[in-house]
Amino acid sequence: MTRAALLVLADGRFPAGGHAHSGGAEAAVRAGRITGTPELEDFCRGRLHTAGLVAAGLAAAAAAGMDPLELDAAADARTPSYALRGAARRLGRQLMRAARAAWPSGELDALARAFPKGAHQPVVLGLAARAAGLGPEDAAYCSAYESVSGPATATVRLLSLDPFDATGVLARLAPETDLVVRRAVEAARRAVDEGVDALPAASGPLSEIGAEGHAGWAVRLFAS
Amino acid sequence: MTTAATGGVRATTRISATADGRGGTALPVLEGEGPLAPRRTRAVSGDEARVMLVGAMSGPLGGDHFTVAAAAGAGARLHVGSAAATIALPGQTKGGARYDVRLEVAAGGELRWLPEQLISAAGSELYVSSHIGLAPGARLVFREEQVLGRAGEEPGRLTSRLTVRLGGRPLLDQEVACGPGTPGGWDGPAVLGGHRALGQLLVVRPEYEKDVPEARLFGECAALTPLAGPAVLVTAVAGDALRLRRVLDEALAALG
Repeated sequence: MTRAALLVLADGRFPAGGHAHSGGAEAAVRAGRITGTPELEDFCRGRLHTAGLVAAGLAAAAAAGMDPLELDAAADARTPSYALRGAARRLGRQLMRAARAAWPSGELDALARAFPKGAHQPVVLGLAARAAGLGPEDAAYCSAYESVSGPATATVRLLSLDPFDATGVLARLAPETDLVVRRAVEAARRAVDEGVDALPAASGPLSEIGAEGHAGWAVRLFAS
Repeated sequence: MTTAATGGVRATTRISATADGRGGTALPVLEGEGPLAPRRTRAVSGDEARVMLVGAMSGPLGGDHFTVAAAAGAGARLHVGSAAATIALPGQTKGGARYDVRLEVAAGGELRWLPEQLISAAGSELYVSSHIGLAPGARLVFREEQVLGRAGEEPGRLTSRLTVRLGGRPLLDQEVACGPGTPGGWDGPAVLGGHRALGQLLVVRPEYEKDVPEARLFGECAALTPLAGPAVLVTAVAGDALRLRRVLDEALAALG
């Protein structure tokens, strides 16, 4: 394996379409729940421990070699929002294209065949990490970090927030990101033995509700 | 009901409903005492059996472990409610309380699980685990409501996980965690945003296999969404229990 593959996969410029999504930040900004840096930090912290933890668990389990079809069903059950399931599959399909070009693999090909419209993004991410020779922890780091970096960059555009402030939020959340990754990897290890119910299922009610509203807007800057 | 070595109360309530062969529903198993006594009450419609859970003790308190198991067999229609809200309270022993709900519905059976709210009082610590197993062709209405703290009070620590399987496949798996000691951000704009009541309403109907209701909002703080299966989920947050119930009732009525 090469450690630098982690940088390629985690790079915000990796052509997987993530920049078009705000991770719920656009809905929260419109609802007046994010108005500046302190609220952004609180939003990202909540997201890290809910959607971020769930995605990291799924990605780690996929990287550990669990059946991706079973993990995709587990992701469906952990994503009640119809709008967010659609977004996760669209992101999964885009990541799949980039990952197959970067790290050709039979496992990626098989998952792409099973889900022509896209598998859940964290499952694809875990398999991509595996194809790149990375491990469950690496995959969990990518997912957990993405769950906060997406909303942080989106909020810079939505509120014209100072990018230095947004980056400060991500830096302050780094120790908690480590914590979430540890929980996710531990859960994935248990899931290998006990099945997918051992994976985290943390949810944020306001994010779920906001996503359904956001999907119905006529004009929006981000896809989700 | 027994008192465990830890000082907490262990109590299990069991309800089993079967078709009585004359178009009605029989309750061959109806057992439990202490904190959660099941009482058969008059049903609203003729083919349904209605059970009320009556709490003869307060709690769950720290160290307690309550279990409620209910099953509806083929052709049975079971409605379970509760006489009052459940209040999680701090106990004299250290450690949290546990509340397990285990529900099973057979093909052609129906369960309406509509208890009163769960209130997480200051200083309490409760883990709720609800496991629902549905056969293909089962019908379910499942409501759960959590209220964080009594009036003007800080909440306790509450974690509630809802795991639903349909025909053995995962249909819904959701966990909410809130209160002091919970990982950060639970009261922030991605999770509860200062709301003190949250609830879910899950409706599973075989006919949704063909035609499932579309996603829609009920006001700004409740959304109905079709799941990846013959089911819809309503997720709601509100300032208080009354407003939460109002929006969940509105959503249930809208489903017809």
